[in-house]
Amino acid sequence: MKRRDFLRTTIPSSVVLPGLFSGFSVTAFAENSPLVQSLMMPTTDTDHVLVLIQLNGGNDGLNMVIPIDIYNNYYNARTNIAIPQNKILTIAGSNKVGLHPAMTGLRDLFNDGKAAVINAVGYPTPNFSHFRATDIWMTASDSNTVINSGWAGRYLNYEYPNFPNGYPNSTMMDPLAIQIGSVTSLTLQGPAVSMGMSISNPTNFYNLLNGVQDPAPPTPAGKELTFVRQVAQQTQQYAAVVKDAAAKVTQQVTYPTGNTLADQLKIVSRLIKGGLRTRVYMVSFGGFDTHAVQVNSTDTATGTHATLLQRVSDAIKAFQDDLKYLGVEDRVIGMTFSEFGRRIKSNASTGTDHGAAAPVFVFGKQVTGGVVGNSPALPVNASVNDNIPYQYDFRSVYATLLENWLCVRNSDLQTIMLKNFQTLPLVNTAACNAITPNTSGNSLISNYPNPFQSKTILTFKTNGGHTLVQVIDAMGRVIKNLVDRDYVAGTYTVTFDSGALPSGVYYARLQNLSDQQVRAMLKVR
Amino acid sequence: MDRRKFLSAYKSNFNDVDLLPPPDPTPTLRTTSGLNPYSGAWTQNEVIHLLKRTMFGAKKADVDYFLGKTMSQSVDELLTPTAPLPAPPVKEYDPAGATVPDTNIALGATWVNDPNNDGTITSRRRASFKKWWMGVMINQDRSIREKMTMFWHNHFSTETNDVGNSQFVYKHHALLRANALGNVKTLVRAMTLDPAMLVYLNGQLNTATAPDENYGRELQELFCCGKGPNSLYTENDVKAAAKVLTGWRNDATAINSYFTSSRHDSTNKQFSAFYNNTIITGRTGATAGDLELDAMLTMIFNTPEVSKYLCRRLYRWFVYYDIDSNVETNVIDPLAAILVANNFNIKPVLDKLLKSEHFFDVLNQGCLIKSPVDLVVGFCREFKIAFPVATDYISNYALWNGLVSYGINMQQNIGDPPDVSGWKAYYQAPQFHEIWINSDTLPKRNQFTDTLAVNGYTANAKKIVLDGPAFAAMLPDPGDPNKLIDDSLALLFRIKLSTASKNQLKTDILLGGQSQDYYWTNAWTGFLNNPADTANTTTVRNRLRDLYKYFMNLAEYQLA
Repeated sequence: MKRRDFLRTTIPSSVVLPGLFSGFSVTAFAENSPLVQSLMMPTTDTDHVLVLIQLNGGNDGLNMVIPIDIYNNYYNARTNIAIPQNKILTIAGSNKVGLHPAMTGLRDLFNDGKAAVINAVGYPTPNFSHFRATDIWMTASDSNTVINSGWAGRYLNYEYPNFPNGYPNSTMMDPLAIQIGSVTSLTLQGPAVSMGMSISNPTNFYNLLNGVQDPAPPTPAGKELTFVRQVAQQTQQYAAVVKDAAAKVTQQVTYPTGNTLADQLKIVSRLIKGGLRTRVYMVSFGGFDTHAVQVNSTDTATGTHATLLQRVSDAIKAFQDDLKYLGVEDRVIGMTFSEFGRRIKSNASTGTDHGAAAPVFVFGKQVTGGVVGNSPALPVNASVNDNIPYQYDFRSVYATLLENWLCVRNSDLQTIMLKNFQTLPLVNTAACNAITPNTSGNSLISNYPNPFQSKTILTFKTNGGHTLVQVIDAMGRVIKNLVDRDYVAGTYTVTFDSGALPSGVYYARLQNLSDQQVRAMLKVR
Repeated sequence: MDRRKFLSAYKSNFNDVDLLPPPDPTPTLRTTSGLNPYSGAWTQNEVIHLLKRTMFGAKKADVDYFLGKTMSQSVDELLTPTAPLPAPPVKEYDPAGATVPDTNIALGATWVNDPNNDGTITSRRRASFKKWWMGVMINQDRSIREKMTMFWHNHFSTETNDVGNSQFVYKHHALLRANALGNVKTLVRAMTLDPAMLVYLNGQLNTATAPDENYGRELQELFCCGKGPNSLYTENDVKAAAKVLTGWRNDATAINSYFTSSRHDSTNKQFSAFYNNTIITGRTGATAGDLELDAMLTMIFNTPEVSKYLCRRLYRWFVYYDIDSNVETNVIDPLAAILVANNFNIKPVLDKLLKSEHFFDVLNQGCLIKSPVDLVVGFCREFKIAFPVATDYISNYALWNGLVSYGINMQQNIGDPPDVSGWKAYYQAPQFHEIWINSDTLPKRNQFTDTLAVNGYTANAKKIVLDGPAFAAMLPDPGDPNKLIDDSLALLFRIKLSTASKNQLKTDILLGGQSQDYYWTNAWTGFLNNPADTANTTTVRNRLRDLYKYFMNLAEYQLA
């Protein structure tokens, strides 16, 4: 078979990915064809899904979830941007806080018991840089510690310890995590490789859908570019399953238009319903860096921030309604987060500067609805330096969702979260059924015992040639190169003596040319 | 399907539609430009085009250097290497386990003149040779020499695994490099008597009583005349050439070949009409082999096919694989005439080609798919990857070894092409260079750049890894995220990204989703002023790492 014929038969134009969400690829077949009918069969799947919504820029939590029980303190701190008390949306069962008037959708979810808010979420010694604070939220590190892996990435590395070796496989055919956006975020970064598939990288459909892939010029260079792209598309191992999942869902509820968060969540619900077993989805929505003119001074309930909040609220409401319509409402919980809240006291340009703790929403049918915690502690006369102190560590929210929603064994939580954090009453405790970690990939490196006290034996597999086994700490520092030489292909062991190293999480990293794999090891006293 | 038929079908006969590739929105434009001296702009774009084609990757420092010269001066300089030939490979391996360990050679001293033929030792030396070659390419001087050495390696393809003798392997290789810009006829003659070649194509077994046609055939088919439609040598010519070449043997101790007249066929050798029915008079005595070889090479080089074949090969190496009738008429034919007029000195041909309108034609820019070695070596050079100090040769060889292995993974094993034809990318119609990219090798290319961008490659406890800030710091204004992206892409890519794509990458990666450019500017400035601020430094490093990793995952990065 000639290569060009091969390309023609394997990637016919009817499955060119950009058509996915405009119905193009489906209408290329007769609608009543058995193929299309079978693709539209609903998939039953009880696996839980977590949807992370990042609000980029530092969301002004104080104008989003407003403390009505200490309204005067609130008002005095930000007279030029405060939401008028009579416009605040009340939440059933709470006399402490209310919602921004633009968030009627979210208010409805609260009243249905499908949403919770955790007040004043943050961490000790908050950082006020966008980049650094974002990294802290994504890695779940302490403020003064730089960690190179993301918390969800560590979770997925724990759940699928051999990824990407041996994946996809019959147990897990789907991406472990999907990021809607051009670059997979630090949240999904595992200790060695990214655990996520970003569905707008060059070979896949989100970019194509948005016309982001640049056209190839009609030159020899353009011809070769097109050729390389075709091969790339052909080799994107998850493109087909994602495409198939999307194609199974042809009807969804109406989402708001002109709302990029809604656009992203619409894709997420479609993929969930389409049967992907993907555990974690990540979407993001920017523009929250409201240093100036976050409200219209004539009506502080309107303006830039109101528009942003309305989009968030409308998007989440439509998403939740869609999940219900699609019959997958029981499987999904979502949460919002932003790298920081904003200052208690507003500035003179009807805006707010970088701040600290802020509320986090958690939503879904299995969520224990309501308000967690008290209204943030606001001084009577807030100064420009005052910040909202945190009541709950953001890592408690993660730990709770990991344990009570993604069903991580309590004994393993510390390996993922690097420390112990308190559990919060966020999720219907009956939600979790025991899930066995998937170990069906090609395990190239393992250790025993794990957890260990001083020594642990590493077993590693090499394809031959130069092989490296190194021990790395949670901050990414190389502690020791245990093995660094040529090997004949086979399985070998080496002992790691942790000596005087402090207890905590360490990673054993194997490098055998392009194969690399990381095993989390927990040292305990 | 024949390439030419394919093209003409595309242009004129749409009944042939089943044989066409997936339809392009517009047909690929080709050029009619020829060898007139290029007189257009000499900007970064043209410098980078020249460097990516004639060297492995375009280093920022080299680009800046040649921007200070004219186009003509630049080509002259590339064609006139001034750096001495590289020092030979050294012993960096452990001789333990060998039956005859080479304890007479100190660690760090060269082994190339030591005739140790122990199987273990010679195997380690062949590996040592490959590591060293990778290092030579990474550390190449500002000249075309390394690209030409690789060209000749592909042209006179031999396999170290078949040759076996590591001293022969090195000697063969040194011959290619020493003659890289010299005379083709001289090089063909030297190759014919080269010990490695005598092993590889059985010349050492070729005797009057038991002639072996292997080299006699490849000399015509692959090294000189080619397989073009007018290359009409016959099977009898192969047999006659084999007879001319009888009597040569190798001396593994002297690391040399020699002639044994008693093994030589002294009869007259009759060639076909393709060679004007030449008869090479049979000779006897110590000089018989040399004299008959000279006569035969004169005969072969008198056919018009040799110069055309070589010029086509050079064209596919430096310009593009598609040789249509315009290229044949406007480029290949005149270059072949220059080669003949200059008595087969290669430099005037390269000079004419690399200074031509055709070479700098926009239609010939950006269309070369990088070979694996171009990708690996180009990555190291363009990103100025920091290797251990030169005196730490043990670590350097270990790291070079890893890079050799990456090339093997991507289907280019230096020193061991698939067979005597060299790599398919340079002769297999109609795909040619596209053969490098398939569903196995493209992910491996991406894994290579991902690994080197994120975790790096570690050997002998030394690590090579992309240093994003170091690369960015070479650019004129890295604090401006727009310029950072533009200036990076200008060096790395040959095809421009759209403004929309660049803006998206800026926002998503450099600005972390923020809309204000100053967030990146502040982070970069903070990094410059206080690199000890771990958190900010990590931010800057991670953003640049993600940016460059993303660039290298785009299809554009595979083109030169």
